[in-house]
Amino acid sequence: MLTIGISIAFIVLAVLIIFVITEGWPRFNPILWQNMPSIRFPETAGAQSAITGTIWVICTTAVISLPLGIGAAIYLEEYGNPASRFYRLVEINIQNLAAVPSIVYGILGLAIIARALALGQTVLTAGITLALLILPVIIISTREALRAVPQSIRAGSMALGATKWQTIWKQVLPVAIPGTATGSILALSRAIGEAAPLLLLGAVTFITFNPTGLNSAYTVMPIQIYNWISQSRDEFHILAAALCMVLLILLFIMNGLAVFLRNRYQRRW
Amino acid sequence: MSASVTPEPINRFSYTAALKDGMKSMTPTQPAAMAPLVASSIFSRDAVSEAVTTQVMALEDVSVFYGDYEAVRNVDLEFGHREITALIGPSGCGKSTLLRSLNRMNDLIPGARVAGKVTYHGVDIYGSDVDAIELRRRVGMVFQKPNPFPKSIYDNIAYGPRVLRMPKSQIPDIVERSLRQAALWDEVKDKLKESGLALSGGQQQRLCIARCIAVQPDVILMDEPCASLDPIATSKIEDLMKQLADEFTIIIVTHNMQQAARVSDRTAFFTAELDEQGVRHGRLVEYAVTNKIFTAPADERTEAYVSGRFG
Ligand SMILES: Nc1ncnc2c1ncn2[C@@H]1O[C@H](COP(=O)(O)OP(=O)(O)OP(=O)(O)O)[C@@H](O)[C@H]1O
Ligand SMILES: [Mg+2]
Repeated sequence: MLTIGISIAFIVLAVLIIFVITEGWPRFNPILWQNMPSIRFPETAGAQSAITGTIWVICTTAVISLPLGIGAAIYLEEYGNPASRFYRLVEINIQNLAAVPSIVYGILGLAIIARALALGQTVLTAGITLALLILPVIIISTREALRAVPQSIRAGSMALGATKWQTIWKQVLPVAIPGTATGSILALSRAIGEAAPLLLLGAVTFITFNPTGLNSAYTVMPIQIYNWISQSRDEFHILAAALCMVLLILLFIMNGLAVFLRNRYQRRW
Repeated sequence: MSASVTPEPINRFSYTAALKDGMKSMTPTQPAAMAPLVASSIFSRDAVSEAVTTQVMALEDVSVFYGDYEAVRNVDLEFGHREITALIGPSGCGKSTLLRSLNRMNDLIPGARVAGKVTYHGVDIYGSDVDAIELRRRVGMVFQKPNPFPKSIYDNIAYGPRVLRMPKSQIPDIVERSLRQAALWDEVKDKLKESGLALSGGQQQRLCIARCIAVQPDVILMDEPCASLDPIATSKIEDLMKQLADEFTIIIVTHNMQQAARVSDRTAFFTAELDEQGVRHGRLVEYAVTNKIFTAPADERTEAYVSGRFG
């Protein structure tokens, strides 16, 4: 059963990839990242603003979500008291948040971050929203990585007169980094592919300039793809497929890195 | 050698002072008569006197709890300066529990609590002014299962001195001296950059001992340090313990009667007793010079245990 399931998934994936490549190949060329989008001249249109927008947004997301998520995981695993009511509340919430559909984060981001905090429909708003979206995943995977560090290492370090923080910083975290990095990269690659919450957050679909800062307007690759797909002219569909290729390549690289880290630093105790 | 016998309170403040002092000035030095230990002491340590003369650590009416469960009840014990004291007794009688209460490793177990008084050079180590971190620096620990850090052999040893901010320039010397003292230098001197986890079990345990002595503790606690080792590795570590006793006070938990008889100066025998409610508590039965425990024990339970008829 399992093999059949996996084979079906694999075949579907392969068909999709082949379709995207055959469709997008003619426009998979430097024009794609050298030129700005255009709705009138598909032959010279590119997606530079979407590519730089994705980079801006994802870096913002990483800068916000990694310290917060890893910090929260360290607190929960190393300092928190599992018997306390607060701890259990936080723990249940994190698990539930991981299951909330991304569009709900979009609504949250629009109502609270863009409007109530008046950050507007900017790179920063998108970064914060996506950070919130992937935070539970980062916390959960970091906690797992921390939990996999044998207790005997902590005891050995503490028995030498190291403080708890020294023990975490110099013994526990170095061992947990590969696991944490793997989880974080996978989480970030999920954020790169997200379109739904950003549609609400004003990743305006037609932007012909690169973001200039955190409070700049922006678009991202999935949104640009969505935009081109909904055009009627075929040339735009080819462009969309080409941009899909760029997105896929980026995701493959990130996932490959995650797998590499996991295998390279896997430890057997 | 400056022979200051007054123990200083254990806190962050005196820790820096003690470090500058080279640490030795705060531990009472041995009386002149006891000082020269002949080279052959590796094989036969000088007999110790009937009563502990220079006390390093002592337990006064100590009970250790895990939540509501009293694992060890009302123990009085004292540990002599540069002596090897063995804690023996059947499984579950609270030897490890008691050992962990001596360097406050119990603090790391949620719900664990110590009642009574544990003193180190006369200072109550559970007193509010005592820094458990600094205490663990002076009362080191070697665990049952070798637990080298997943780092190089060099970094395993250097870790302690580094976190204690010992001068960087001294660290290579400390590493070499500690490995030599732990009788591991010759085996690893050419592969200091290799992982500590790549060593054999016996080597790993000696690495852990070297790591422990690198921070120049005063007391070394060992919880069944040979439990996972073969007889050859075990005898190496036993020899090592006898050597180390020239410089450190050693308290060792062991299940191996011969080991206790071979290495220790004094032996404390514990057992688990049922109280009126039928709950088991660890109790100290008898504490005496090792020779006496093994040849003329005062308590019949001790006799039964050491002769192998019990536990
Ligand atoms: N972390 C813990 N939490 C709760 N109870 C514990 C804990 N550690 C030990 N105990 C209990 O305390 C009692 C003494 O345990 P301890 O490990 O000190 O015995 P021991 O004499 O070292 O035994 P062994 O020779 O098997 O190592 C046992 O009843 C044990 O179940
Ligand atoms: Mg034990």
